[in-house]
Amino acid sequence: MYQDVIIAGFGGQGVMLIGNVVAFAAMEQKLRVTFMPVYGVEMRGGTANCTVVISDEEIGSPIIFSPQTSILMNQPSVEKFQSRLEDGGVQLVNASIVDADLLEQDRIRTISVPANELADELGSVKMANMVMLGAWLQATGCLPLKAVQAALGQVFGEHNARLIPLNQKGLERGAAFVASQAERPVL
Amino acid sequence: MKTEKASLLVKGNEAIALGAMAAGCECYFAYPITPQSEIPEMLSRILVEAGGEFVQAESEIAAANMLLGATACGKRAMTSSSSPGISLKQEAISYMAGSQLPAVIVNVCRGGPGLGSIDPSQGDYYQSTRGGGHGDYRTLTLAPASCQEAYDQTIQAFDLAFRYRNPVVVLGDAILGQMKEPIQAWKERAIQDSRGLSWSLSGARGRKPRLLKSLYLSDGALAGHNRLLQEKYQAMRVECDWEAYKTDDAELIIVAFGSMGRISKSAVRQLRERGLPVGLFRPITLFPFPDEPLAKLAEEGKRFLTIENNAGQMVDDVRLAVRRQSDSELYSVLPGILANPTDLLEPIQRVLHT
Repeated sequence: MYQDVIIAGFGGQGVMLIGNVVAFAAMEQKLRVTFMPVYGVEMRGGTANCTVVISDEEIGSPIIFSPQTSILMNQPSVEKFQSRLEDGGVQLVNASIVDADLLEQDRIRTISVPANELADELGSVKMANMVMLGAWLQATGCLPLKAVQAALGQVFGEHNARLIPLNQKGLERGAAFVASQAERPVL
Repeated sequence: MKTEKASLLVKGNEAIALGAMAAGCECYFAYPITPQSEIPEMLSRILVEAGGEFVQAESEIAAANMLLGATACGKRAMTSSSSPGISLKQEAISYMAGSQLPAVIVNVCRGGPGLGSIDPSQGDYYQSTRGGGHGDYRTLTLAPASCQEAYDQTIQAFDLAFRYRNPVVVLGDAILGQMKEPIQAWKERAIQDSRGLSWSLSGARGRKPRLLKSLYLSDGALAGHNRLLQEKYQAMRVECDWEAYKTDDAELIIVAFGSMGRISKSAVRQLRERGLPVGLFRPITLFPFPDEPLAKLAEEGKRFLTIENNAGQMVDDVRLAVRRQSDSELYSVLPGILANPTDLLEPIQRVLHT
């Protein structure tokens, strides 16, 4: 088993949180995992990205140029990472704020998720990251949804415990959206 | 002995801080700098809670001299910084080497020269393995490639420092420092009792006074002191450590350390899947350098390609190790470029097919 993903978006969209939650859930599933944040002289509203690699074998590089999958939360992320996705790879795109004309469909597979709208329906647009993560989990089948929901409790800590139920719903909503688009996991 | 606990998901920097605690670190002195600031951030809490001394010094120079003072008293003590800060510490490191003090120095390397950048780099290989400051001295240098190794080798660094009464450098980079991975923690040790040490400055009541110094002015004294130091550096050779991956049937062996070692490992795996006879040799101790296993591989007719995230520094040691039978090519990823396995495939194949 090997799965890598680049997660990218605006600072503040919760890109690093997605990476942390995936990494924690993978660890709890007794898998090897690396989480590599790309940091730098970033500011709010700038772009942020991280790479997560999950494997049942020892992981070599935590840095991946051409990932198998990607979660792209905004337009600049699509512009930067779409062309780098490996042939036949799967990208999950936040269709709420990304220009559909830019999305490739032949070389790779694109799953467009109206994450902002779906999150809004749940009561908070801040859940867009969890919607995208739920969609990715459904599309890849690489970690059980329940395991990721359980990981939220560990990653959030006591101070933010009140946010866990809504985030769990966000994950479910994203997974259900992709399930309604395709009968089986696409990977 | 290792006693396994539950896994922790931590940054490499946090793994280093936890490793220091597990090693019984009593004192930590440092000045913040990216990309290693999680080390002081974490120790400012957990070291103080454990009853240790945490000082955010007024400068790197001050921190390094506080380290000198603490280790002279036999305390298990550490400092950490990143490249420009490590340069500032070199005077004290030379004095600690000359005075034979068991200091642990962590360098989470960033781009240079000068202030460089906060990006990953391996540009401090020479500085770490050649002494770094003035005079004929060496520091044991460990190069972790994962968060678990960062944890394990920080513990090992304290043990080696006391075994040889010598400064030990843990050389990581911004990739290692910022990356998160699960680690298995060891059972923490009790704080070590420094009163039993035969050399430390622990109060002279009831015994002869002791003197720790690096100044030797009388006739022949400095030569004798240097001879003793050089013998010690030779004795350290038993600590050589390395990882060999698919080297047995390889024609071309990639030599790479730290983060570049594991990035290269992914490239080697991909090329193996295409049936290409490549392997990886990853030095884990940079000083002492594992030259004997490399020389043995050279005797078997292997060829070598050194890959570094600098302009070519470790390649000198590889060439020295294999010089009787072979040589090493160099592929340099300059600091400021974030290396990835895909970028290594073509250069490795080019050398393999020449």
